[in-house]
Amino acid sequence: MWDFIWNDFLVTGEPIIYGAMASIVLATVGIVFVLTYFKLWKWLWDEYLTTVDHKKIGIMYIIAALAMLFRGGVDALMMRTQLALPNMNFLNSVHYNEIFTTHGTVMILFMAMPFIIGLMNVAVPLQIGARDVAFPFLNAFSFWTFFFGAMLFNISFVIGGSPSAGWTSYVPMAGPELSPEINQNYYLLGLQLSGIGTLATGINFLVTILRMRAPGMTLMKMPIFTWSALITSIIIIFAFPILTIALALMTLDRIFGTHFFTLAGEGMPMMWANLFWLWGHPEVYIVILPAFGVFSEVISTFARKQLFGYKAMVYAMCVIAGLSFIVWVHHFFTMGAGAGVNSLFSITTMLIAVPTGIKIFNWLGTMYKGRIRFNVPMLWALAFIPNFTIGGVTGVMLGMASADYQYHNTYFLIAHFHYVLIAGTLFGMFAGLTYWYPKMFGHKMNEKLGKISFWFTVIGFNITFLPQFFLGLMGMPRRTYTIEPEWMPLNLLSTAGAFVLAAGFVIFTFNIYYSARYEPREKTGDAWDGRSLEWATTTPVPHYNFATVPYVNSHEAYWDMKETGATTYDESKLEPIHMPSYKGLPIIMSAIMFIASFGLVWHWFWLAIPGLLGVIICMVIRSFDFDEGYHVPIEEIKRTEEQARGRKE
Amino acid sequence: MSEHAELKTGPLEYRREDGPLTILGFWIFLAAEVVLFSTLFATYAVLFGRYGEATPAHELFEMPMALTMTFLLLVSSFTCGIAVHMMRKESLKGLVIWLIITLALGLGFLGFEIYEFVHYVHEGATIQSSAFWSAFFTLTGTHGLHVTLGVFWCTAIIIQLIRFGLTPVIARKTFVIGLYWHFLDVVWIFIFTAVYLIGMVV
Repeated sequence: MWDFIWNDFLVTGEPIIYGAMASIVLATVGIVFVLTYFKLWKWLWDEYLTTVDHKKIGIMYIIAALAMLFRGGVDALMMRTQLALPNMNFLNSVHYNEIFTTHGTVMILFMAMPFIIGLMNVAVPLQIGARDVAFPFLNAFSFWTFFFGAMLFNISFVIGGSPSAGWTSYVPMAGPELSPEINQNYYLLGLQLSGIGTLATGINFLVTILRMRAPGMTLMKMPIFTWSALITSIIIIFAFPILTIALALMTLDRIFGTHFFTLAGEGMPMMWANLFWLWGHPEVYIVILPAFGVFSEVISTFARKQLFGYKAMVYAMCVIAGLSFIVWVHHFFTMGAGAGVNSLFSITTMLIAVPTGIKIFNWLGTMYKGRIRFNVPMLWALAFIPNFTIGGVTGVMLGMASADYQYHNTYFLIAHFHYVLIAGTLFGMFAGLTYWYPKMFGHKMNEKLGKISFWFTVIGFNITFLPQFFLGLMGMPRRTYTIEPEWMPLNLLSTAGAFVLAAGFVIFTFNIYYSARYEPREKTGDAWDGRSLEWATTTPVPHYNFATVPYVNSHEAYWDMKETGATTYDESKLEPIHMPSYKGLPIIMSAIMFIASFGLVWHWFWLAIPGLLGVIICMVIRSFDFDEGYHVPIEEIKRTEEQARGRKE
Repeated sequence: MSEHAELKTGPLEYRREDGPLTILGFWIFLAAEVVLFSTLFATYAVLFGRYGEATPAHELFEMPMALTMTFLLLVSSFTCGIAVHMMRKESLKGLVIWLIITLALGLGFLGFEIYEFVHYVHEGATIQSSAFWSAFFTLTGTHGLHVTLGVFWCTAIIIQLIRFGLTPVIARKTFVIGLYWHFLDVVWIFIFTAVYLIGMVV
C-alpha cells in the first residue's frame, strides 16, 4: 500500500516536484487559514461558490484563467531556461516533455478558453440588455466543470505524473503501447470534463443572444463583441462534440483495449490527428474571434468614432467561422495525403487571410481621423495590429503546402502561433480585462503600472519570439530538449525575452492588487465614455443589471441614449424583476464528476462507477427541483437605483 | 423578459417565457448531438472492413433482428408522437399511457440490442477484436446508451406527471424528451442503413 503511494501514486524523486508539492500544500494551508481566520467560508459559499450571477461567474473564470496563465507561464520559463544554452541539465528529457505538454494544454484550454468565456460572461448580457444568461444554473455548471477539469489536469503534476505526449497527443505516442502509464489519462479526462462545460456555455450564449436582446436590438444592431460571442458559440457547438468523441475514443483505446488508433487490430493512428484538428482548428478561432470583438470595441471607444465597416466586420467573422472548419489538414501536410488534398487545404488556409485582412483594414479605418486616447486598453489594441499581422503573414507562409515541408515542426511554427495567440488572444484578453475592469470591480486599473506592464510584455514578447522564426529557418525542431551550439545566441536572446515577458505579467498581476487598494472608485458607471449598453448601468452593477431595459435603435445604443438623455432607470416602467436562485448543485455535481474521472484515470472502477451514479442522482435531484427563483420588489429596485444614481449626481 | 407570466392560449409548453428558451436550447443541443454522431459515423466509415483476425460483419449481421429493432424504435417514435398529441388535448391519462407504451417499446429495443451484443461476443467479435468492431460497438453502443438515458429520463417525467399533473413546466419537459426520442429514432435510421444494410451486402 505505502509502496504504491510512494512509487506510483505520488510523483517522487525530483527536487522541482518536491518544491511544487510543498508550495501546493503551503498555498492550500494558507488559503484555508485566511478563509477560517477572517470567517469567510460562509461568504465564499453564499456569494461565489453557489452563484448563478453571470457577472460573478465571469470574475471566477477570469481569476482561474490568470492562475492558469501563471502555471503555464512557469512551464514556459522552465522550458526557456533549459533551452538557453547547449547541454543544459535543468530538466531531463522526460520532464521536458511533460512541461511542454502541460504548457500547451494549460494555455489553450485552461487559460485562453476561460479568459474569453469569462469576458463573454461579464459583457454579453450587459451589452444586450439582459438580466442574466438564458440558463443561469447551466452557466454555473459550465464554470465548475471547467474548474474541476482544470484541477484534474493540474494535479497530475504531483499525483501520478503529467501527460507527456504534447498538447496534440498524437498516437501512437499517446496510445497504450508507448504511454502505458496513467499520465495520458489525465489529459483525456481533464479535457473531457472541461469540454462538457464549454459545450454548455456555447448553447447557453447562443440562446441568450438569440432570444434575450433588448427590444429594438436586431442582430445587426448588436455590439460587435456580442457578435463575436455569437459566432464563437456557434463554432463551439459544432467543434466541441468532435473533441468529445476523439477523447472518448482514445480513452476507450487506453482503458478498454479498443483499436481505434492503435497499430494492432488495423487501427488508424492518423485518424486521431484528423479528429483532433477537426476540433483543434475551429478551436483556434474560438479563442481569437472574441479577442477581435474586444479590439473592435476598444478601438472604436478610444478612437472616439463609430466602428468602421460594422457589417463587413460581421460578415468577415462569419466567413472566418465557416472556413475554420475546412482547413484542418494544414496541420499535417506531411501526412502524405497527396498533392490534390494538400492543394485544396492550402487554398482554404490562405483564403482565411482575406476576411482577416478586411478586419485589419477596418480597425485602421476606425482609427483614421479619430481623436485617439492612448489608455492602456487602446495600447494593447495598437500593439495587436502589427504583431498579429506578423503572425498572420507567417501563417500564410506555413499554409503553402510545398513550403510547409520545410517549416513543419520547426521553431518557425512555434513563433508563428505564439504571434497569433499571444499578440491576438492574450493581448485581446488583457485589453478586454482592463477595459471592463471598472464595470467589474468599480475602479480602473492603474494607468501607469498598466503602461509599464504593457511595454514589458510587448518588448519581452518580441525578444522571445522574433528570434524563433530564424531558429526555425536554421532547422531547430520543436519539442527538442537540448540545443545545438550554433543555435545558442538566438536561444539565449529568446530566453532573456521570456523573463522580460514574465515580468510584464507579474506587473499586470501586481496592478490588480495595487489598483484595488489605491485607485479612486469609479462612480459614473461610464468609465471610458463608452458606446454600448454595458456602460449604461451603474457601477457597481446591480445584480438584476437593468432596472428598465431601453429601446435600442443602433449598434451604439448607449451613445444614442447619451444624446437623448435616456437612462436604464425609468421609474414609470418599473416592474418586479424575476431572478434565479443561487444553487449549490453545480459545484457538488462537478466535484462528483471530478471524483469519477479521477477514478477512471487510475482504472479504479470502484470509484468511477459510484461517481457516475452520483452524477445521475444529481441530475434526478435537478429534475425534481421546481424552484422558480424570486422577484426583486419595486421598492428594492428604487432603493438600489436611487442610492447608485444619487451618488452619481 | 423578466416575468414568468403565463399565457392563456397556445401549446402548454410554450406558455411560460422560459418554455421557448429551453426548447430552443434543446434544439441547439440536438445540433451538437448531430455533430457527435456524425463523428462516430465518420469513424465507422473510415474503419469499415478493418477486421484484422476477427469475424467479418456480414457473417454475423442478421436481417430479422435488425429489422425487429428498427420496427420497435420506429413504432416507439410514433407512440411518442401520440403522447405529445394527448398532451395538446390536455389528457393527462392518455399522455401517461402513451409514454409508458413508448418506454416499453424502448426497453424492447434495448433488450434486443443487448442480446445482439452478447451474441456477437459469443461469436468472438468484441469491442477489442479489431478496429471495425471497436467502431461498430462504439457507434451502436453510444446510441444504445442514449436510449437507456432516455428511458430513465422518461421514467422521471412520468413520475412527475403523476405527482404534479400537467403544468406548463412539466409539459415543457415532456415536449423536450419527445424531441430527444425522435432524434434517437433518426439516428437509428442512419445506423440501420449505414451499418446493417451496407454491412450485409459489402
